[in-house]
Amino acid sequence: MQAFADLIQQLERAAGTRSRVDALANHLEAVGPADGAWALALLLGKRKRRLITGRRLRQICLERSGLPEWLFESCHAQVGDSAETIALLLPQLSLPPAPPLELPLAEWMEHRLPALAVLEAEAQAEAVLATWAALPDGQCFLFNKLLTGGFRVGVAAGLVTRALAQVSGLEEAELAHRLMGGFEPSAAAMEALLAPLEADATAPISRPYPFCLASPLEAERLAASDPAGWQVEWKWDGIRAQLIRRSGQTFLWSRGEELINASFPELEPVAELLEPGTVLDGELTVWPAQATQPAGFGPLQRRLGRQKPGAALLRECPAAFVAYDLLEKGGQDLRPDPLSQRRAALEDLVRRLPETASTPAAGLLRLSPLLPLGCWDDLEALRQQARSVGAEGLMLKALDSAYGVGRRRGLWWKHKLEPMELDVVLLYAQAGSGRRANLHTDYTFGLWDGDGRLVTFAKAYSGLDNSEITELDRWIRRHTTERFGPVRAVDPLQVFTLGFEGLQRSSRHRSGLAVRFPRILRWRRDRTPESADSLSSALALLVTSAR
Amino acid sequence: MVLPADGLIQLTPEGLYCPAAEAWIDPWRPVSRALITHGHADHARPGCSEYWAVRAGEGVLRQRLGAGITLTGVDYGEVRRLGGAMVSFHSAGHVLGSAQIRISAGGESWLISGDYKRDEDPSCAPFEPVAADVLITEATFGLPIYRWRPGRQVAAEILAWWREAPQQPSLLFAYAFGKAQRLLAELAALGVEEEVLLHGAVQALMAPYRSAGVVLPPTRPLSELPRGESLAGRLVIAPPSAHRSPWMKRFKAPQTAFVSGWMAVRGARRRRGFERGFALSDHADWDGLLRTVRDTGAGQVYVTHGNSDGLARFLREERGLAAEPLGRAFEGLESEEGEMEGAAAASVP
Repeated sequence: MQAFADLIQQLERAAGTRSRVDALANHLEAVGPADGAWALALLLGKRKRRLITGRRLRQICLERSGLPEWLFESCHAQVGDSAETIALLLPQLSLPPAPPLELPLAEWMEHRLPALAVLEAEAQAEAVLATWAALPDGQCFLFNKLLTGGFRVGVAAGLVTRALAQVSGLEEAELAHRLMGGFEPSAAAMEALLAPLEADATAPISRPYPFCLASPLEAERLAASDPAGWQVEWKWDGIRAQLIRRSGQTFLWSRGEELINASFPELEPVAELLEPGTVLDGELTVWPAQATQPAGFGPLQRRLGRQKPGAALLRECPAAFVAYDLLEKGGQDLRPDPLSQRRAALEDLVRRLPETASTPAAGLLRLSPLLPLGCWDDLEALRQQARSVGAEGLMLKALDSAYGVGRRRGLWWKHKLEPMELDVVLLYAQAGSGRRANLHTDYTFGLWDGDGRLVTFAKAYSGLDNSEITELDRWIRRHTTERFGPVRAVDPLQVFTLGFEGLQRSSRHRSGLAVRFPRILRWRRDRTPESADSLSSALALLVTSAR
Repeated sequence: MVLPADGLIQLTPEGLYCPAAEAWIDPWRPVSRALITHGHADHARPGCSEYWAVRAGEGVLRQRLGAGITLTGVDYGEVRRLGGAMVSFHSAGHVLGSAQIRISAGGESWLISGDYKRDEDPSCAPFEPVAADVLITEATFGLPIYRWRPGRQVAAEILAWWREAPQQPSLLFAYAFGKAQRLLAELAALGVEEEVLLHGAVQALMAPYRSAGVVLPPTRPLSELPRGESLAGRLVIAPPSAHRSPWMKRFKAPQTAFVSGWMAVRGARRRRGFERGFALSDHADWDGLLRTVRDTGAGQVYVTHGNSDGLARFLREERGLAAEPLGRAFEGLESEEGEMEGAAAASVP
């Protein structure tokens, strides 16, 4: 495990992309397929299973050290991470010296850690203490992280695929594809992943393609091109998904690479109508058969994460797959074809469906309509209609473009509606974790109610730059009125403009409203708290956003 | 918590005050007589009519507060009468010329620790344990997560870091007064004899250290290096404030590191944006704080700076001492060393 601990340290220290990729590639080559597979799974965040809770690990640490729990809390607030706090406190445990323990990463992941997890209370504490005593400094932190399942390294998936490409000589796109749909770490999986092209005959039939992603519109770049070269569609407000029909089986993948068939059973009949070897890229929405537009994100949220939706929920919030693109037809990868051809094939596919479709399938598979655009000047008017049809903006895709892997600036643009805005007052703050440990970066904001009181309305974590965060942190410390554990109530003096994508009624929130994607747009030092918005102005937005 | 109004040491708007000696200790504003623990900017401020400090720190103080200040120099351990009180300065091991100040009168003794550390440091006199009835201690790193490794060991890692990059300049950021010279002295002890380049702010402190006889490698201000001379493989020491400043333009693709006690925590390392963080501090770590409280034998402890609440509570609940934080009064003071980590230095509401 030392090699992996060293790699993590190298990745943290390395300044440039080049040296990070080299470090990754060197590591994968040096450790062999079994440890390499685990390194890969951990770096890609595909292994998050918690074997012991952070609380249990802390208990073991505290019982041995005799430190009071409140002091542990203070330490944790400073460090922002349980596993690291415990690692830093280990010298306080006066553990007896033990011969150093060095085992391969795979041995830890496959045997040692799971074995620790199933031990009974006292035996477990002893085994953990013995491991701490035997591990070198740098490995204790890693051990704690792997045990509590919170392991995360700040390394982009793109860098990992680049390193894999360097090691294997394969294209990055090919590797990204092979990694889709889950990677179960083992020496065999690693060897299959890095196998030469012709040898990769064992691709699982469930494997999705890497999603092609859009970048926020750069109007100047677009203006220089011919509008006729672009396909314009609504940007639907659902979740991006891939519907796969192969060898008599259906696979519905979310963008987060979760298999979500079970949550959307009503799509099965229409999937069965697709010819074998078909892969559709599209948006999963809640869209009743007779409705002219989707029901919004709120109803969809009720469906997400529900493993087996009941009959009532299926009736109230029926799902539909809105197809954007055809990635595979008759088992053939269409991604290298230009979008214009793929679109024609998609339209052909959908057109032929209703003739064979029985009534229950109607409205389950919809074609994302194309929007006419004569000149760039019309773009803005079109975008402004988005909210009225239940979309969150526009998508622009180059008609001659292949279906790329990941975000390839210039071929796909998203042009979202401006967010809704409200001026809100800072009420509470809490320290973040990791890089933001001990800096107050989690904010809770309020709006005025009819009685002249501030009611909590939304939380936001992002939107300020580093110097603003530092300055606000100082201000928060000097203006704390009360503390509730890690949360500080502050003088209600600072006003911020909050942007968000949508509003819906919610009985779980004190304001009666839930906001979607709230983020700070501006720190309004020019505003007094009295001038902040009220709940009634939020309710007015609710009316305009509801259709 | 405020100090008792009729005590030997009181807290006034100017800072800690001893009426018997008619003197303030490290006052925040100009006063008639200031007893100075050490020359860092948050402890030694200009404008006082009269200063008292240890002789070893005189050079630095005159340089920072003005050559013409009225300064009475005393030796470590020398007991002087001031009004109705006996005053003595004792080595604090923090930086060159740093002191704890002991004041006694009417059968009661107080010890004001100033900033201190218990670890070995070849650039200044070691900490001297002093007995007192009441202790006012700092708690900058008053959490058990802070536990320092020997300075020599950290310096050896820094040396290895420097040696591993012969193609690029190695920029080491460290507090200009104290930390920089300690590092240089540790490097000298490790056998480094080649010239180290210095930022102007560090250079300004070199003369007092050299005249105090501290063994240091040869140094030169970066500004005296001819333009165009290669900086590859050179070690350059600069204050943290120079990081990402225009001063850095001169370096093509340097490797950077920050030396500070705060670097013990991963999140702090990542937040600061230095490639490497070396955890080395001139303040006491948790064990050092507890050991010092024990060594003084004090039954009453007041705690300032950093985790003052936490250390005081620990002493009270786990050690059975009368202990209170003096946090509020000392909060929001820009510490010369803590300047980069205002957040961590101020943790009390």
